[in-house]
Amino acid sequence: MTTKVEDKLFLDRFKVNEEAHIKIIDQGLCNTRCEEEPCLYFCPANVYRREKDRIVVAYEGCLECGSCRIGCPNLNIEWRYPVGGYGIAHKFG
Amino acid sequence: MNEEFDVAVVGAGPAGASAAHVLAAGGVKTILLERGESAGAKNISGGVLYGHDLAQIVPDFAGKSCPYERNIVESRLWFLSKEGGFSTSYRDKVFYERRSLNAFTVGRAKFDRWFAGQASQQGALLVPATVVTDFIRDGSGRVTGVKTDRPDGDVSARVVLLADGINSALAAKTGFRPEPKPVDVALAVKEVIGLPEEVINDRFNVESGQGVTIEIIGEVTGGMDGIAVIYTNKNSLSLCIGANLSDFTKNRIKPYEMLDEFKAHPMVAPLIKGGVPKEYMAHWIAEGGYDAIPKLTGDGWLIAGDSGMLFNALHREGSNMAMTSGRFAAEAVMEAFKKGDFTRRGLEGYQSRLEGSYIMKDMKKYRRFGPFRLHHHELFTSLPALAAHGAREMLTVDGVPKKEKQGAIWRKIRREFSPLEMLEILWDGMRSVR
Repeated sequence: MTTKVEDKLFLDRFKVNEEAHIKIIDQGLCNTRCEEEPCLYFCPANVYRREKDRIVVAYEGCLECGSCRIGCPNLNIEWRYPVGGYGIAHKFG
Repeated sequence: MNEEFDVAVVGAGPAGASAAHVLAAGGVKTILLERGESAGAKNISGGVLYGHDLAQIVPDFAGKSCPYERNIVESRLWFLSKEGGFSTSYRDKVFYERRSLNAFTVGRAKFDRWFAGQASQQGALLVPATVVTDFIRDGSGRVTGVKTDRPDGDVSARVVLLADGINSALAAKTGFRPEPKPVDVALAVKEVIGLPEEVINDRFNVESGQGVTIEIIGEVTGGMDGIAVIYTNKNSLSLCIGANLSDFTKNRIKPYEMLDEFKAHPMVAPLIKGGVPKEYMAHWIAEGGYDAIPKLTGDGWLIAGDSGMLFNALHREGSNMAMTSGRFAAEAVMEAFKKGDFTRRGLEGYQSRLEGSYIMKDMKKYRRFGPFRLHHHELFTSLPALAAHGAREMLTVDGVPKKEKQGAIWRKIRREFSPLEMLEILWDGMRSVR
């Protein structure tokens, strides 16, 4: 059975748009006001990764659950729907 | 598009498709807007649907090639510890002899596409791959249509029905529904695991076409307020595990690691052995209960289904409430047309239908159930562990007299809970589902 989340995401079908639908509003806030950084843990697609002085957002693999939008303690994540027809497309659901 | 419709429905899930079906069948000019490349492309549920609510909209749905997987004839309930667990189950011949299906499993990508197709056949215009970005309002604030992300994508409508699911970014943006608090939703992940039909039949002790659901509570959620499920499909199994989002933000538990640990559990591993992972998904479940339900009607608009937080977490009922609330909304809109009044007052038939049905009655009955679980995390931590400990001790044959074992078990329980605390859990638990 798979263990890495990358392998799990590989099972899914994504139609990736060039334009990101997720944005960190203020990177500075993540550095100064967020010790726990829960987005690095609860995101089921592991979209968020810390790289030294910034949070990197791999929006391409987003499963569109919406958790980061309300789970970020500083509400510092802007999350929109991907453009119509883009993003994840479930085969089974 | 720039066209005029009587009703614009946002979201082609069970709520939106059933509303569009009823409206179109009643001769109402309806547009059904869906952000996925097809209806169902963005949708997930554990996978159980109920025939009763569906048959109110599409009678004889099974005869109309509804893509269902298995007819649920047995429901199991598991209480898991780390190493094992209790299992109870109920099977009834009545469930396979009934002419119409009671509960059945589906893959929502296929089912929702079929269901929205039924609405199209009635005459609703289904427009996929289109995101509704905002509402159009007149000077008095009344909703008179929607804006979409298509070029010239404004759609005028006399009424807008919001049915875009629990993760309604539109409702959040427009303020139609306040953003849920993390405590109001569960985050669940799901994996579909392919297995030959015969293997599933053997492992679950069923015939082809018959299926089993397993609802699971216990230590598999790492002490968080959550559950797991295993549902049988024709030639795959749906495995879901989730927990309250507020618990996820506090604990450093990764959902996909929790899912893998669940798959490795000794009660689960034998059921999925040799299976091939097919798809991995994540979704919210509305857990806020009655007190999280927003205002469901306004001037020129209504909200149905998950975006209205209509979900019964105790009985895993959501898609049925979505379908029936969508149908009620459609009926209320048709009344409003007769009256020529699309204000909140004109649409009040929606609220009264909801209040008179099982939907609001059940939502009210379980109003305290969410807070009960959140205040009593021992349901997911010490209680299953103690139950498992007791069972293991009594079942281990090692020469120790049973009376001695029983005494030791009680002492262990007493160290964890005072009699007063035990009474409190019982009392709160009973009150929460009264």
